[in-house]
Amino acid sequence: MTDTPGERTEVPLLEMRGITKRFPGVLANDSVDFDVQAGEIHALLGENGAGKSTLMKILFGLYAPDSGEVFLDGEESRVHSPATAIAAGIGMIHQHFMLVPTLTVTENVALGLKSHRKGRPDLAGVRARIIELSETYGLDVQPDAYLWQLAVGERQRVEIIKALLREARLLVLDEPTAVLTPGEVDDLFITLRRMANDGQGLIFISHKLHEVLALADRITVLRDGCVVGTTVPADTDREGLAHMMVGRPVRLAPDMAETEDRGVRLSVSGLTVVGDRGTDAVKDLDLDVRGGRILGIAGVSGNGQRELAEAIAGLRPVAAGSVSIDGTDVTGAEPKQVRHAGLAFIPEERMRDGAIGSFSVSENLMLLAHAEPRFSSRGVLRTTAIKTHGESLVDEYAVKTPDLSTTTSSLSGGNIQKLILARELDGEPPVLLAAQPTRGVDIGAAEYIHERLVAQRERGTAILVISEDLDEVMALSDDVAVMFEGRIVAVVPRADCTVGGLGLLMAGGEADSPAGAAATGGTGTG
Amino acid sequence: MLAGRRARSRRATLARLGGISVGGSAVILALLIGAAMILGLGANPLEGYGELLKGAFGGTEELAESAAKAMPLLFVGTGICVAFRAKVINIGGEGQIIAGGLLSTMTALAVPDLPAIVLIPVVLFMGLVGGAIWGGIPGALKAYLGVNEILSTIMLNLVAVQLFNYLLRAPLMDPKQIELGTRIPQTKRLSENADLPILIEGTRFHLGVVVALIAAAVAWFFLWRTTTGYRVRAVGASAPAARYAGMPVKRMTMLALTISGALGGLAGACLVFGSETHRLQTEGFATGFTGSAGFNGIVAALFGGLHPLFTIPSSFLFGGLLVGANAMQRVIQIPVDLVIGLNGLIVVFVVSSNTLRERLSRYMSIAGEAAEHEEAGAHPAPVVDEAGTTEPADADALDGDDDPVRTLESEP
Repeated sequence: MTDTPGERTEVPLLEMRGITKRFPGVLANDSVDFDVQAGEIHALLGENGAGKSTLMKILFGLYAPDSGEVFLDGEESRVHSPATAIAAGIGMIHQHFMLVPTLTVTENVALGLKSHRKGRPDLAGVRARIIELSETYGLDVQPDAYLWQLAVGERQRVEIIKALLREARLLVLDEPTAVLTPGEVDDLFITLRRMANDGQGLIFISHKLHEVLALADRITVLRDGCVVGTTVPADTDREGLAHMMVGRPVRLAPDMAETEDRGVRLSVSGLTVVGDRGTDAVKDLDLDVRGGRILGIAGVSGNGQRELAEAIAGLRPVAAGSVSIDGTDVTGAEPKQVRHAGLAFIPEERMRDGAIGSFSVSENLMLLAHAEPRFSSRGVLRTTAIKTHGESLVDEYAVKTPDLSTTTSSLSGGNIQKLILARELDGEPPVLLAAQPTRGVDIGAAEYIHERLVAQRERGTAILVISEDLDEVMALSDDVAVMFEGRIVAVVPRADCTVGGLGLLMAGGEADSPAGAAATGGTGTG
Repeated sequence: MLAGRRARSRRATLARLGGISVGGSAVILALLIGAAMILGLGANPLEGYGELLKGAFGGTEELAESAAKAMPLLFVGTGICVAFRAKVINIGGEGQIIAGGLLSTMTALAVPDLPAIVLIPVVLFMGLVGGAIWGGIPGALKAYLGVNEILSTIMLNLVAVQLFNYLLRAPLMDPKQIELGTRIPQTKRLSENADLPILIEGTRFHLGVVVALIAAAVAWFFLWRTTTGYRVRAVGASAPAARYAGMPVKRMTMLALTISGALGGLAGACLVFGSETHRLQTEGFATGFTGSAGFNGIVAALFGGLHPLFTIPSSFLFGGLLVGANAMQRVIQIPVDLVIGLNGLIVVFVVSSNTLRERLSRYMSIAGEAAEHEEAGAHPAPVVDEAGTTEPADADALDGDDDPVRTLESEP
C-alpha cells in the first residue's frame, strides 16, 4: 500500500484488505489488497484464472470471502448480494450485456429502477435523465431507439447509463473493449475519464496491455490469486506488464527475418460467400498470400472474416469467385480435398471445431493423419506409431499435458491451441489459415504460438492470420488487410501500420493516410 | 509432474470406482423396491430372491440357460454401444432382430441342403445382412435427410412386425399347417444343417452365445483399434471437428446405424437357429420371437456403460434375471413381470443416478487439482492447468466426458 501514488483522498472509495477465497482445491484469491480512490481509474490485469473475476464477484456480493475485509468509504461493507451492491453504489458492466432487445433504451434503463409513482415506471423522467447524462459524459444514446436496432458500442453505452442512473460511484468494467472498434474504444475512454473526473472510482479489467497503459491511473497485476504488484503507467510498459502477468520476460512481437519469396500459394479471387443471414457476407474479395509471408486480416468481428475462412476451408459454399492453393483450384471442394491440396486450418472455435474435447491428446493429434499409412495399416491403427508420433509432437510444441491419454478438454486453452497447432503444422503445409490463433490464450502460450507461426513463415508457408486483436495482427503480419462489410478496404504494409489508421479503416473510414491509399492498389474493390 | 500424474490417475480410479458403486447402488435400490413388491404379493422377498439367484446362476444348466438368454441382449447391446459412439440412438432392435430372423430363415428354406459347415455361416451372414438393411435405412434417412433416428427406428419396428406376420401367415407358412388347415403361423422345421451346435451337452449353450461374445470383442476392436472406428467415434464426439478434419460425417453416421442393425440381425438369426423348435413362429407381435431383446439389450448396454466389453457381464446379469424370474414364478408364484419391472427400475435409477455421479466426479476433479497445487507448491509459475476460476474448462471436461447415459437422456 506504500507504493500507491496518485491523488489520494483521506479515505479510499473502496478498500479490500487481505481477501482470501478458497475453492475446493484452488486458492483463487490469496490475501489480496486492492483499493480504489474516488476519481481514479484502477486497472486490474491478469491472465485467465489469476483471480480477477473472483475478486470482483466478492466485491459484488456474489461470493463471500473466506477471510479479509471490504470497506466502502472507510466503513465495513455490508454487500452480500448484487442488489445490496447496487444500493451501495457499485455498478458493473458485464462483458455480455444484460439488456432486453425488444424494449427501448429508456425502458431498458427504467427496468429495476425504483419509481415514486406507485408501481408505474416514470418513463418521461428516466428519458430526461438519459438525455442529461448522455450530454454530460459524451455518451451518444438515442433514448427512444429499440435495443435490437443498436450496434454493440451503443448497447454498451446504454449499460453505462444504466449504472450512472443508479448513482454508481464505483463502476466495474469487465473487458469492456473486447467488442469495440478502436474508434469506439477511444470514445469510451473519453467517457470513462470524464466519469473519473467527476469523482467516481472505476475498476477497469482488461488483458489488452496498451489499453491499460493508455487509460489507467494505477495498474494492479494479479497472478495465481496473488497481487504481483501495483504500478503506474509512467513506470512501466507493455513488456513490463506482461512480465508481471506471466512471471518471466515475455516478447510480445516476434522477430521477423527476411524470407525468400516463394510465389503465391493461396489465391482468392472475386470470392463471394453467402452468410448465415442469407446476405452476402463476403463480397467479390481478392487476396493473394505468398509463401514465406504472413497476411493479417484485421476487422471488427462480423465483417465476413469467419465466412471467408470457412469458404477457403471448404466448409461453406462459394457463391462466386475462386480459391486456389498452390495452384490447385479448390473452389467449392470438400474439406478433405482442400486439406489434401495443402491447407492447414486453425479454426476460430477451437473447442468445437479444432479439437474433440472427449478424445485423448494422442487421438486429437492424429485427427488429420489417422488414415495415412504411418498410422494405419489395412484399416487397423498402429498404436505404437501413434504414441511415438504424439510424444514427439507434444515435446516439440511444449504442450503441457500429464500424458498422451489425458482428456483434451482438461487442458488449458493455450495448451489445446498448441496441440491444434502441432497437428496442423505437422507435415509442412503450403498454406496455413489461422483464425483468432490466440484468443482466450494466456500470454505465455500466445507468445509461443506467435513464434511458431513466424518460424513456419520462414519455412515457406503462406500464412493468413485472421484476428480481432489489432496488436496481434500488427505484430505478426508482413501486410495487414483490413476487412469491412465483406470487402478488403485496404492492405497496409507492416511498416505503415498504426492503431489509429487501421482503426479508422476497420470502422469503414476512408484510407486517408498515404500508406493506406498506396496499399489498396490491386486488392479489394471496396 | 510425476506426482501430478499419479494424483491424476488416482483421481480417475476413484471417479471410476465411484461410478461403479453408483451403478451398484442402482441395482440394490431396485432390488429393495422389488422386495417391497414381493412382500405386497404376500411372499418372502428373501426366499423369492433366493429362488431367483438359484434359478439364474445355481448350476451349469442354469448358467447355460442364462447365457442363452443373454445372447440376444449382448448382440443388441453391442449394437447400441456402436451407435452411441457415433451419437445415434437405435431403438429399432426389435425390428432388426426380426429382419435378420426373416432373411436367415428364408435362406435356410431356399438352400436347405448345403452342408452344415457352409449353411451355418451363410444363414448367420444373411441374418447380419437383414439387420444391416433394417438399420441402414434409418441410418441413411438420418445422415442424408436429417430424419430423427429414434422415430424412424421405432416406426421400422412396427413395419417389421407386420412384414413378419404377413410372411409367416402366407408365403413362409409350414405347408403342413396349410394341409391340415390349422394354419398356425410358423415355418416348417428348418434344415437341420442350419442348427446351431450345442456346445455343452444337455444345456442350451449353443454356438450363438460364442458368436455374441466374439461380436462384442470385435466391436471393441473396431471402435478403438481401427481407422474407421476412430472416425465413427470422432463423428460422435464432435461432428464439427470431424468435418473440419475432412471426415465423411454422414457416411459414418449411416455406417454406425448399419452396424448396430447388423448386430440385431445376427441376434435374430441366432434366435431362430438356436431355438428348441428350430422354426420361426409369430404370436402376432414381436415379443414372442425376440423376447423384447431389442429393448432389453438397450438396458444391458446402458448398465454396461455403453462399452461393448462391459456389456458382456451386464447382458449376462439381465439374462440371468429373466431366467431366474421363471424359476421364482414356478416356486413361489411371483409373476415373471416383477423382473421386467425390476429392469425398468434399474434403468430409472442408473439414469437418474447420473447426476450423482457427475457431482462425484466434479468433486473428485476439484480435489485432485488441489492436490496438484499443493504438490506444485513453491513453483507457482508453470501451471499445467489454469488454476483459479477455471469453471468453464472443468465444465467442458465433464461435458465431453464419456457420459453415455446423460447424452442418451438429453436426446429428444
